[in-house]
Amino acid sequence: MARRGGPPEVNAGSMADIAFLLLIFFLVTTTIETDAGLDRMLPPMEPPDTDVVIKQKNIFTVNINKSGQLLAEEELTNLKDLRRKAMAFLDNGGDGTCNYCKGRKDASSSDNPTKAIISLKNDRETKYGTYITVQNELVGAYNDLRNREAQRLFGRDFTDMEAEFLNPETPSSIRDDLKPKVQQVQELFPQKLSEAETSTSN
Amino acid sequence: MSKFTKKKDGDLPAVSTASLPDIVFMLLFFFMTVTVMKDSSLMVENVLPNASEVKKLEKKDRVLYIYVGRPTRDYQKVFGTEPKIQLNDKFASVTDIGPFILEERAKKPQELQNVLTTALKVDKNANMGLISDIKQQLRKVNALKVNYTTYEGDAFRNIE
Repeated sequence: MARRGGPPEVNAGSMADIAFLLLIFFLVTTTIETDAGLDRMLPPMEPPDTDVVIKQKNIFTVNINKSGQLLAEEELTNLKDLRRKAMAFLDNGGDGTCNYCKGRKDASSSDNPTKAIISLKNDRETKYGTYITVQNELVGAYNDLRNREAQRLFGRDFTDMEAEFLNPETPSSIRDDLKPKVQQVQELFPQKLSEAETSTSN
Repeated sequence: MSKFTKKKDGDLPAVSTASLPDIVFMLLFFFMTVTVMKDSSLMVENVLPNASEVKKLEKKDRVLYIYVGRPTRDYQKVFGTEPKIQLNDKFASVTDIGPFILEERAKKPQELQNVLTTALKVDKNANMGLISDIKQQLRKVNALKVNYTTYEGDAFRNIE
């Protein structure tokens, strides 16, 4: 008698086992990469040709010593207060030319956010973790102020806009739209964070 | 009466496992797509600090990595316990960083050479002295864009 119904069916019962094997292999080898961090620009090696004179009151000095203590504007400061102090300094608007500042307009503090400079100095024996915390707070101070202005001008957070602008998956039409906005907010509070060479402890 | 006797004696029907391979394959494809194969194994301890104001590091092809930390236990006999620099697969000294950056930069396509970022993956217990030396070296070869790679979290956990 002729056979009917075509070839016999292949038993696919072990397919799940094979798939599980592969799955477990990939589960074990997967490392979710940590690819986020604080972006910083180092100063170029060549010093600028012209000596720029900066008024002392426009510089906010932050010193970290080897045991992780913090000196902000010659005052021993708790790390938790650093962000508030830096924001007060940046937002001061001492000479009255800054019409979006909400600071105290203290004549002995910074003139204008565009002139204000934060200078960070650390010891060679400072722990890297402490350094990152300080960097984080200073960047946070800028971000908070920029968020405030972005909320006022465009009704959304600056960090949110910037993340969308930098995301390569954002369509270019939206990116082109965001670019001037991001730049505008950046110019209101330009990030001027200078890092002096480290001192040796003595 | 026969209506009742016909009933089966309480056996549960077998659950069909025919869709199990599909589910497993779905998971498999998920992990296959998110997996990133490591190109170098770590020889240093690398517990990154936390930070909250982080930016995502997009485009892996424009990033160079420098690892810093204490050598792991296997290497401590040979290299001691002071934090060391790891470039690719070997330990390096501070002066090796300049040539390393130039070499890696030359490997990249022309249009990317000016937009490279150096990601510093530094253990949170390293000292800043070493980091500043690295930064000096990076400035010398004009690799000015750096990213201090961190975990996303509360920055104050670093100082505990």
